[in-house]
Amino acid sequence: MSVKPEATQQRQEAISQHQDPARRRDATRRREPTSRQIREEGLWRAMGLRDEEYRQIVEILGREPNYTELGMYAVLWSEHCAYKHTRPLFKLFPTSGPRILQGPGENAGVVDIGDGQAVVFKVESHNHPSAVEPYQGAATGVGGIVRDIFTMGARPVAVLDSLRFGSLEDPRVRYLFSGVVSGISGYGNCLGLPTVGGEAYFDDCYAQNPLVNVMCVGLAKQDEIALASAKGVGNPVMVVGATTGRDGIHGATFASVELNERSEEKRPSVQVGDPFTEKLLIEACLEAIRSGAVVGIQDMGAAGLTSSASEMAGRAGSGIEMDIALVPRREEGMTPYEMMLSESQERMLVVPQKGREEELMAIFARWGLQAVVVGRVTDDGLLRVTENGEVVAEVPARSLTTDGAPVYRPEARRPAYLDELWAFDWRKLPEPEGPEALGAALLTLLAAPTIASKEWVYRQYDYMVQTNTVAGPGSDAAVLRVRGPGNGKGAVKGISLTIDSNGRYCYLDPFTGGRIAVAEAARNLVCTGAEPLAVTDGLNFGNPEKPEIYWQLTRAVEGIASACRELGTPVVGGNASLYNETNGEAIYPTPVIGMVGLLADVERRCTSAFGREGDRIVLLGPVGEELGGSEYLKQVHGIVAGRPPALDLDMEKRVQKLCLAAIHRGLLRSAHDCAEGGLAVALAESCIGGNIGATVRLPYRERADAALFGESQSRILVSVAPENLDELRQLAGGYAVPVLPLGEVGGAGLRVELARIEPEGRIEPEGQTGPGTIYLPLEAMVQNWRESIARYMKK
Amino acid sequence: MKFAIVVFPGSNCDRDCFYAARDVIGQEAEFVWHTHRDLSGFDCVILPGGFSYGDYLRSGAIARFAPVMTEVERFARAGGPVLGICNGFQILLEAGLLPGAMLRNRDLQFRCEETFIRVETSRTPFTGLCREGQVLKVPIAHGEGNYFIDEAGLKDLEANRQIVFRYTDASGRVTPESNPNGSVSNIAGICNRQGNVVGLMPHPERSCEGMLGSADGRVIFESVVADLAGRGVARAANALMDRQTIHQVEKAAGGASGCR
Repeated sequence: MSVKPEATQQRQEAISQHQDPARRRDATRRREPTSRQIREEGLWRAMGLRDEEYRQIVEILGREPNYTELGMYAVLWSEHCAYKHTRPLFKLFPTSGPRILQGPGENAGVVDIGDGQAVVFKVESHNHPSAVEPYQGAATGVGGIVRDIFTMGARPVAVLDSLRFGSLEDPRVRYLFSGVVSGISGYGNCLGLPTVGGEAYFDDCYAQNPLVNVMCVGLAKQDEIALASAKGVGNPVMVVGATTGRDGIHGATFASVELNERSEEKRPSVQVGDPFTEKLLIEACLEAIRSGAVVGIQDMGAAGLTSSASEMAGRAGSGIEMDIALVPRREEGMTPYEMMLSESQERMLVVPQKGREEELMAIFARWGLQAVVVGRVTDDGLLRVTENGEVVAEVPARSLTTDGAPVYRPEARRPAYLDELWAFDWRKLPEPEGPEALGAALLTLLAAPTIASKEWVYRQYDYMVQTNTVAGPGSDAAVLRVRGPGNGKGAVKGISLTIDSNGRYCYLDPFTGGRIAVAEAARNLVCTGAEPLAVTDGLNFGNPEKPEIYWQLTRAVEGIASACRELGTPVVGGNASLYNETNGEAIYPTPVIGMVGLLADVERRCTSAFGREGDRIVLLGPVGEELGGSEYLKQVHGIVAGRPPALDLDMEKRVQKLCLAAIHRGLLRSAHDCAEGGLAVALAESCIGGNIGATVRLPYRERADAALFGESQSRILVSVAPENLDELRQLAGGYAVPVLPLGEVGGAGLRVELARIEPEGRIEPEGQTGPGTIYLPLEAMVQNWRESIARYMKK
Repeated sequence: MKFAIVVFPGSNCDRDCFYAARDVIGQEAEFVWHTHRDLSGFDCVILPGGFSYGDYLRSGAIARFAPVMTEVERFARAGGPVLGICNGFQILLEAGLLPGAMLRNRDLQFRCEETFIRVETSRTPFTGLCREGQVLKVPIAHGEGNYFIDEAGLKDLEANRQIVFRYTDASGRVTPESNPNGSVSNIAGICNRQGNVVGLMPHPERSCEGMLGSADGRVIFESVVADLAGRGVARAANALMDRQTIHQVEKAAGGASGCR
């Protein structure tokens, strides 16, 4: 067949026009602003960068950045990625201890639990995405933190979630709440990852800006821990998992600004999750890590390729060169900017040993996943991005990471509102008259969504899959059995998990609130019989550029740090979510504490439920009468004021040690932390849990409501068989912990005899000068407590 | 005896079933990959729970086309005991090995909770050690477990004693309150006419140890062990039957794979 020469030439021209890479790149570039336009129009501002930050970038590069480079800096230097305002504060945390194998700095913390096993865990927030797209926001929140865990070589074994919403009276809040719960359920359940615990608080300050903090816990063999480091010059760099699309671009930037009425427009910057792919990714990555062919691995979270590549290179002190034309994509015509900033989910960056790429590709292929070599590790410290060989971005890798990002220590100022709130004296409030009113107050508290059963939430979560859930949601803390070398030979170990915080306490006093969050998390673990080991923290605050907010942040961190030091639970990792404000209104400062504990013998555990008729009910710890910052003040009097309960960390430590010792000796039938709603709610919950009543006599000095509903710290409500009471008392003496016998388990309701202590210490007999006896049938308490949230959600 | 635990992409109770079969019951167990085409050497097949293929399209709708399912059908038609748990049950329905279909739960939400199920027949290999009327505490965890079958189908199930488990209260009474998902006639599990293929939504593998809240589910695994020990034929039948015989069996049973 003969072809005319002209025709051939024409065809070749046509091809070069359409297919010549250079022309395509020009076309691409024409759509993006030039360096000059960036400078003249100040385009960094729209990306959330400050003017001085732009100047800093120019200085680092020794030239003006192009649009792609600017985007990369903008996202990695966002508060979400760079922790610009929190990094100096993190230094306050104790981060090491005999059991700590990996503190902050990697994808998650690692703690030694013996037998060559380790717990790997971390908490992360997904607040802003959940505020505008609750289902996907929460779902991808789960996805992200789960990747942080298995990227360490650990099999994820549990999820806990800490949620904050506005009042459930508000239909939009109900939409957000049900969307978030469905998102967590839809994603976590599909992964076969039990959601074993969590907490949910409801307060108007979270109406527009809900908080969704998810903690994931994994188990690993210590010798299989993988790190996110791009070591070994010449090693290949692979992208594995899902394809890259335009979803989630500037998600991290969006997470670093305040919300307003136009935030809904940011819905496209919320990523879309595919839990099925994530499930395959878990199995494939764990298999890949076990093969020994992986040098380093990191998930692509916020700022996808940019963050994973720069952080992996930064940790190793190496560089990475990659060609984005090789990255599998889900849509045509994506620019380098879009490729580098995409937050498409379920992707990982893997650095294998050179020569073992094909081995890894085979593993991923077996799970139906792509694994593609896109570049290599270099020794020049640069993140060099090319497209079909042409350089489109070239920046020092470390300058993008937290090592290179700016740090801010803004002004901190004690908020003026505190003077007024602290001046509040609850003693001047009218007291509920008579036992009926106090009983009604208890029912009100039991039905308050913050206190009420969270069954409506957790029954949507698969909390049993993996068949290790010994104590699930609804317990003081979850308990998982740990299978391992010890199995069949002696005791089976367990880990206990909790996540906790009280934003109202922190609003009223961030230092004390931060300390209480740690103390209470530890107390929750102790109530199950676990020794607290370590902490992950999720700092949820408003705009740190405001002096009052920065003061809250600083004080809360100081409080957390001091309690962690005192209680011997180092912080091994965490997350900060700032700019949680809507139209200038900040949320309560809400530092969430996730904590992990160890049970040497999971059979020696304890629950919060009363067990047997005739058991003695005893309060371990001080008797308190204070109402500041209590749920009672809020629910019954509509007041948020006062000082949060005082915390004596020395007493706290002794109470916890006593409780642990008593559980280990098998003295306790139940142990329950006294928290929101005070002793009365703790009693009611232990009754409901055991489906049995109780009769107690509660002494008080000033006011019965303060004794019933005050939230004094360092108190654990326990029940013991009568024959063990003396031994418990003796044990308590050794720890110098006050012990107050309250009454006994039994009957079909909760009976509380109120007994006023006269100034000379004499306790009045029943019904003489006190307000009398409260009696609530079990059924009434159950009804108020169990179905409350479901009733709201049916509205 | 040896259990085959089939693993589809997205299965997530495979490891739990494996643990129950091997570590709790003390039998041999092996994972069988979804692309595998050989079940010889196995005495019992378990299709575990999870979200096979993400449950995209419809629960179990894609898994039924997995290569291994041809073998599972063959195994079942030859009389081998097959147990589908949760997603495994959904797959058996989609594959036409069991009658009926699954709808989303009555309240449209995923439900994870303890349930009580009553053993309606002890004629299957998985309930042989049970007393009829015995109540087991076994948890559920599903979003699409609302079993549906039309009236004629329900009559058939009843007439052929194919209803294996019903949701009840703790004392074994069938009540509307004890039905967690809206299933027709409180049905929690059924079998095929022959009785060797059983599907149920609750998870017996999650209730094999007292520490986890209930050990009632063990009897389901122990029953099939006892059944096979008694019969001692399933493995032999599977091994000896040549392809031609299997095709004849399939025809006799009313269809080869792919027909529903």
